[in-house]
Parts: sequence; structure tokens; C-alpha cells
Amino acid sequence: MSHLAVLPVLIPLVAGAVLFLTGGRARGVERVIALAATAALLLVSLLLLVQAADDRVLIYYVGDWPAPYGIALVVDRLSALMLSLAAILGCASLLYAVGGDDRGGRYFYALFQMQLLGINGAFLTGDLFNLFVFFEILLIASYALQLHGGGRERVRAALHLVVLNLVGSSIFLVGIGAIYAATGTLNMADLAMRVAEASPEQAGLLRVGGLLLLVVFALKAALAPLGFWLPPAYSSASAPVAALFAIMTKVGVYAILRVHGLVFGPEAGSVASLVIPLLLPAGLATIAVATLGVLASRDLQRLLAHLVVLSAGTLICALGLGSEAAVSAVLYYALNSTLVGGGLFLLAGLIARERGAVGGRLDEARNLVRPVPLGTLFFLGAVGVAGLPPLAGFVAKLYILQSALGHPAAAWVFGVILGSGLLVVVTLSRAGSAIFWRTGDAPAEGEAAGPLASLSTALLLLGTVALMVGAGPTTAYTRATAAQLADRSGYVTAVMANLGVSPPASQREDP
Amino acid sequence: MEILISLLVGVMTASGVYLLLRSHTFPVVLGLSMLGYAVNVFLFASGGLTPNSAPLVEHGLSRLPDPLPQALVLTAIVIGFGMIAFLIVLALRALRDLGDDGVDSGDAR
Repeated sequence: MSHLAVLPVLIPLVAGAVLFLTGGRARGVERVIALAATAALLLVSLLLLVQAADDRVLIYYVGDWPAPYGIALVVDRLSALMLSLAAILGCASLLYAVGGDDRGGRYFYALFQMQLLGINGAFLTGDLFNLFVFFEILLIASYALQLHGGGRERVRAALHLVVLNLVGSSIFLVGIGAIYAATGTLNMADLAMRVAEASPEQAGLLRVGGLLLLVVFALKAALAPLGFWLPPAYSSASAPVAALFAIMTKVGVYAILRVHGLVFGPEAGSVASLVIPLLLPAGLATIAVATLGVLASRDLQRLLAHLVVLSAGTLICALGLGSEAAVSAVLYYALNSTLVGGGLFLLAGLIARERGAVGGRLDEARNLVRPVPLGTLFFLGAVGVAGLPPLAGFVAKLYILQSALGHPAAAWVFGVILGSGLLVVVTLSRAGSAIFWRTGDAPAEGEAAGPLASLSTALLLLGTVALMVGAGPTTAYTRATAAQLADRSGYVTAVMANLGVSPPASQREDP
Repeated sequence: MEILISLLVGVMTASGVYLLLRSHTFPVVLGLSMLGYAVNVFLFASGGLTPNSAPLVEHGLSRLPDPLPQALVLTAIVIGFGMIAFLIVLALRALRDLGDDGVDSGDAR
């Protein structure tokens, strides 16, 4: 058994534990540890991506307990892709933080590693209760990271974030309890088998459990009407934290794709395709609400936070189309929107620092220290996030719309996505001209960020260019991922392969 | 037994939700704790209730309780305890930083 699959959990766990011990006393050493751990994480994730690319599903039985009794970590194409995305985003945010934003709290690096631990674990685990545990890890780290730097705005937003997510955790547990009561298992592969054979008496309990889980994942993905906590929380968070948070809504989308795709998929007998009909309207409503939020935003960070909600809505709306092509489009869109979203949050941090006291507010202010490079990056990010040709945002949107052709609700999808795209372009142009052109003749008063911060921002934003240039291989990978996700029996067979083959040592000694 | 447990879960959930909807942080913290208790009892009961059976595995006994929900509840209790502790500290911090203990305090300012 290769131990590669458990490393994305172990590396941040060990690094985080060490960083908790040093606790801000040796910032230089901490920076090196954090950067080394995250670079190692990136390397491992890319190795897993390469392994997953030849359609092998890598299973790691934690403690060598056979599935479904122990916890299995599963690396298929989807997990590997999301792990790599999280690692890239983590590296860039960390580079930015090393450039000076790490001074707002003693345990920043430790919490950052814990956040990565939770995200990676959620992407890897093949067990429903374990998914809950990793959600809690990433949540409690995110509460503390959101407060990084302190201040009234952050405290108020964090209070809402914590209360809402605690309610979400309770609902998650009730859903898990209902599903366990109906099936007697929590391993997702085992669940997929048992749910498919469920009797009509069990169907009610399963339906309740499945829909409660949808509520929780929708809360994480900030779907309307559960997403109003996100804009205040993300817009008040410090730049590297907000950039890392750009993947948190995608964790919610991933959980819907994984749990509801696998367990409550089209082959799930009496509860087949439980949530698919709900996703399309929820996604469209989220896009509409988020577009209004974008239009009404009066500072750059708030605008970007609404854009994060908008991208989550687009993903869920496309998932609601239910076809394999749509899933492939969802993955490509998620890659682009996460990289550009994270990059824009970092850029907003750079802009706010160079503008001085005005920060990100879209009012007339003094000029920036480096208007031309930041303006170019803003233009790149805006084009990438709004979905204008020729960058990857456009390709992703085209791909989603293409997969909507022939769907009964195609007119709604086209109307809402294209309409919101137009309004986003208008708002971003307005924001860009407010920041870069309505500046007067007064000299700049802010200070420029260091080279590391600028470099990491540029790297993330250039991700959209890389995705455009590499659109061929990337879409080939996402298409194969969608095909692998549709092949549910393949996943189940891979996870359950060791059943009865090697009982753990403690059982063998039992008379 | 089933009726007692379901009533217990129902009453605790109802009081938890009521307290959760109050406008000050202290009742909200209490409400979340109540909700947590209700969820833990529910989770404990999800493996089926087996009164008068051995709490631990013993050879020769056929009537055994399901051990998995017990393990799940233990995990959930620990996580819930940590979360509530964090929330209490955060609520005190909000009281200090925002000047009052309203959940939405300072929004109008």
C-alpha cells in the first residue's frame, strides 16, 4: 500500500503542530517551515494528480482496517484535482502572507496549516462522518483565520460565521444519524450499494438525511438563501486569508458532487437523483442575488466576495443540468474561478495598501504607487472572472452554456448567466475606473507591498492564462473525471476491493 | 423508551431553536448548546435503542448495542465542546470590541 495518499493530511498536521509550539516566537523559522510544508504538499498533490490521470483509484485504508469498517481515503481524479487546486492556492496565499501580512496574529501559520489539513481531508475521505470531522477542522481554523488582524468588522462577521456554521454542524450530524439509522453504514461506497437496495420504508429516512446534508453543503457553498454570511466574512478577512477562503465554497460544491452524486445518484433506487431538480433553481437564484450584491458593492473586497458567491451559484446551476458534460464544465469553471478569485483577493490587498487610508472603497482617492502593473493585473483578473474572451473564464462559461443546450430550462440558464455576466462587466469596469483613473493629481501616500506579495498575486492571476493555453489537456482531464464520477460501480468496487482479504491483526488473534 | 427519547430530542431542539433566534449572544450560546445536546442524543439513538443489554462486548451474548453511534457521539461531544468554548470567547470579544452583546450590534453604525 502506497502511503502517498495520506501525506496531504499528515504534512499540514505535523507542520501545524510544530507551528503551534513555536507560536509566533521565531517568525523567520516559522515562515520557512510553513513554506516548506506547503511546497511539499504541492509536490505530493501533483504526484497524486499524475497517478490519478491513468484512471487508477488509489485507496488508503487508515490503520489498514478494511472498508467499510475502517476509514478509507480515496484518491480519484476529482480528489487529486481539488487537492492540487488547494495546494496551489495555499502556496500563493502563503507567499503573500510571508511578504508581511503574517504580523496580525501569533498563530497565523499554524492555523493556515490546520485549514489546509481540513480542506485536504474533506477532499480525500471516503467516509461520511470523517467528512464531518474534516469540515469541523477546516471551520474552526477558518473562524480563527477570519479574525486574523482583529478589528470590529472582523469580530462581527466572525460571530455570524460561527453561529451559522455551528447550526450547520448540528444539521450535518442529524443528517448523518438519519442515514446511519436507515443503512447502518457511513462508508460512502458501502452507502451507495445499500441505498440502491433500500426498501420503500427506509426511503423516507434516507430522503430526510440526504436533504439535510444538502442544506449543510449549500450553507458551505453559500447558496441562496443560505449564503448571506459570506460577503461580510470574506470582505473583512485579511487578503491571504480571503484568497485561501476562495476554495471553501468549492468544498461545499465538491461535497454535493461527491455525496449526492455517489450515494443519491441516478442509480439510487427509491431515492434516485434526490437533489438534481433542486440544484438548478437554487443556483440560478444564487447568481441573481450575487449579481445584485456585486452591483451594490461600494468597496472592492465586498465586490469580490459577491463574485465568489456568484461563481458558486454558477457551479451549482451547472451541476443541476445533470449531464456528464455539465460536470466536466463545472470542474473547469471551478479551477478558473478559484484561481482568479484568490488572485483578485490578493490584488485587492495590494491595492488597498497602496491607496492608503481609503483602502478598497470605490471612491475618489490618491493615485496608487504602481498604477500600471496593478492596473494590468486588475484588467487580467476582471476579464478572467467576468468570462470575456479570450481568457479561461470565457471558455468555462461557453462550456457550461454548451452543456445546457437541449435542457428544458436552457433559456433560463442562458438568460441568467449571460445577463449576470453583462452586469458584472459593467460593475468591474466602474470599479476599475474608480480605482485607477479617478485619482486626481495628488502624489501617492500609501506604501507598495514587497516583491513576494506582488509575485504571488501575479502567479494566481496568470493561472487563468495558463488554463486558457492549456484548455485542451485540462478539459480532457475534466471530461475523464466526469466519466469516472458517472461510473459509480467502479468507485464502489475499488473501495470495497479489500473486504475479507486482510483482516487486521487484532481480529486475527481473536479466537 | 423510544417515545421518551423522541420527546426529549424534540423538546431540546425546540428550546435550542427558540434560544438561537434571540438577539443577544448569551441566549444564542445556550441555544447552540441545547441543539448540540439534542443532536447528540439523536445520534446516539440512531443505532437503535437496546435497553437491558450489555454495554460492552462479551462472548456468548447475542443482544449487543451498536458501538458505532457511541463512538460518533463521543467525537461529536468533543468537537461541540471545543466549538462552544470558542464561541463563548468570541462572544466576550465581541462584547468588548463592539460595545454590547447584540448579535447584530453595530450594524446600523
